[in-house]
Amino acid sequence: MYTHTHTFKEMQTVTLIPGDGIGPEISSAVMKIFETAKAPIRWEERNVTAIKGPGGRWMIPPDAKESMDKSKIGLKGPLKTPIAAGHPSMNLLLRKTFDLYANVRPCISIEGYKTPYTDVNLVTIRENTEGEYSGIEHVIVDGVVQSIKLITEDASRRIAEYAFEYARNNQRNSVTAVHKANIMRMSDGLFLRKCREVAENYKDIKFTEMYLDTVCLNMVQDPTQFDVLVMPNLYGDILSDLCAGLIGGLGVTPSGNIGANGVAIFESVHGTAPDIAGLDLANPTALLLSAVMMLRHMGLHDYGNKIQTACFDTIRDKKVLTKDLGGNSKCSEFTADICRRIQDLD
Amino acid sequence: HYPHTPTSFLPPPAKYGGRHTVTLIPGDGIGPELLNHVREVFRFSCVPVDFEVVHVNSAVETEDDINNAITAIRRNGVALKGNIETKHTMAPSVKSRNNLLRTSLDLYANVMHCQSLPGVQTRHKNIDIMIIRENTEGEYSSLEHESVSGVVESLKIITRNNSLRIADYAFKLAREKGRRRVTAVHKANIMKLGDGLFLQCCREVASGYPDITFDSMIVDNTTMQLVSKPQQFDVMVMPNLYGNVVSNVCAGLVGGPGLVPGANYGHVYAVFETATRNTGKSIANRNIANPTAMLLASCMMLDHLKLYDHASSIRNAILNTMNETRLHTADIGGQGTTSEVVQTIMRFIQSKGQLTSEY
Repeated sequence: MYTHTHTFKEMQTVTLIPGDGIGPEISSAVMKIFETAKAPIRWEERNVTAIKGPGGRWMIPPDAKESMDKSKIGLKGPLKTPIAAGHPSMNLLLRKTFDLYANVRPCISIEGYKTPYTDVNLVTIRENTEGEYSGIEHVIVDGVVQSIKLITEDASRRIAEYAFEYARNNQRNSVTAVHKANIMRMSDGLFLRKCREVAENYKDIKFTEMYLDTVCLNMVQDPTQFDVLVMPNLYGDILSDLCAGLIGGLGVTPSGNIGANGVAIFESVHGTAPDIAGLDLANPTALLLSAVMMLRHMGLHDYGNKIQTACFDTIRDKKVLTKDLGGNSKCSEFTADICRRIQDLD
Repeated sequence: HYPHTPTSFLPPPAKYGGRHTVTLIPGDGIGPELLNHVREVFRFSCVPVDFEVVHVNSAVETEDDINNAITAIRRNGVALKGNIETKHTMAPSVKSRNNLLRTSLDLYANVMHCQSLPGVQTRHKNIDIMIIRENTEGEYSSLEHESVSGVVESLKIITRNNSLRIADYAFKLAREKGRRRVTAVHKANIMKLGDGLFLQCCREVASGYPDITFDSMIVDNTTMQLVSKPQQFDVMVMPNLYGNVVSNVCAGLVGGPGLVPGANYGHVYAVFETATRNTGKSIANRNIANPTAMLLASCMMLDHLKLYDHASSIRNAILNTMNETRLHTADIGGQGTTSEVVQTIMRFIQSKGQLTSEY
């Protein structure tokens, strides 16, 4: 029996978490751009500020969880963690709730936004559930602290598999495992072994291994030699920010978090910028590029490419840039320029 | 004038007949050839140093070799070394020889001075950063176990004593060199107890140096700042692993692993090597490795032995070759061979009229 290809585009629901500070305004910018591009996305806005559930445990509001579980796809702006004692980190809570095990950051040089590095085109894939961020620490005796780094076979295999799948699905040529198995023989050794095992099933992708320090050394001299990088939590944290620095910082870097059960949450990784919130000065690029990542993840490559092209063209043109990009235009002006270009592209 | 070590608590090793004996560990990869060049230059310049060569075989599981090396360093007080390879094919119980050496000799401070060199083409200019890295504990404690099959725990140890000690070293060095600011690099927002303790110790020590500004920065932000605006940093102090990352980023920023020397200091012993500790297997024995880092490391060693004139002479020759003659090896975009660079350095030393041997 043949399955028919629908000729009309089905609207897909995405859970939108505007976030705090500049979150709401950059989310509006993204929604406006998507509307102009006629992307088949229906936004379902939700708030994820933690509440105390039955039993006193912190959790995200049930309607937010329900929406994500159904839509499977989320787009999130920056969140602030309330200072209240015992309040968990919001990002950590989301991570645990949806088992967001892979943090993916494509770092591509933005033509028109000049940094000392051109031609950067790599992706960092970071294991996001264990490693050095297990949160297990104790004071053994006064003045001696032990922090535990946890590496498991399962988590290592899972992230390696994701990295190779990602490489295959996105036409990337190689995957490099980043480690320090010369020093952390057992833990990073285990991580490395799992990567090697998974690599056996992906002979079409080149697999290499490199020490973390060698990666850092080479990355700042010639980032073009890198393609997809996979690594445990801490190295991923450091390297993904280093790479964001190469292309211009967190204000222009997209990020995606892949969870179990097909859940994926895309987010901007900059802060809430409370000092400029509500003043129409924010730069929506990071959230927009994350939304583009989301479109590609959903198979809507044409829309993704169209929006990304318009965004990059606006930046390259330099006429309507927000302050952080070197201009003095408003967020709404920047957004309007992108929308205009999308209409012209059609 | 090149940095001296804060040697107020370190006596120079005993001299026999006016000569010093230094332990030399060739290591693997490019280590042996680079250290041969050091010996060549020293012989040529009539440097009063004799090398006691100790080989460490990275392919054997027993620790006899490395223990011999450690004993030799205890005897001589000073060493110059190449990197000893850590083979992954061996069991996890076979620990990094380099790390064993550092912890056994309690070489608690790894010091690296990254400066932009006028003759080297890089993306960033005017970098002048001193990195002081805790060298014995942290993530390099080599304490790991597999509690259950497939679940491995690796312990990162941070102690008050070692944190105070390294912070103290950093501030003393900063004051000695006339530096204005010390930045502690950490991840205390996540590792609240471990890095929290480190940060607290830095603050305590900082309070005793009101003339020096102290601030702190989270490690991921630090790397981002380094690749965009490295000129903002002065002196940086940090635990072991972040030190590994930051050293390599900084070395890359000023031109790569072939340029920067490194020193490992304890209260009693000192070991000199290239800053980024690379084995360089792929370029070994091809006469293309950059001898600069290792030669500059040997100059740091000469300063440590208070042979300042020899240190300056060789250092000037190296920098002249780098910046004036611009004879560069491939890693910094040139076409010179290792031996050509070394010959040029020796010719410059000779031209300065000092006593040299036949060559």
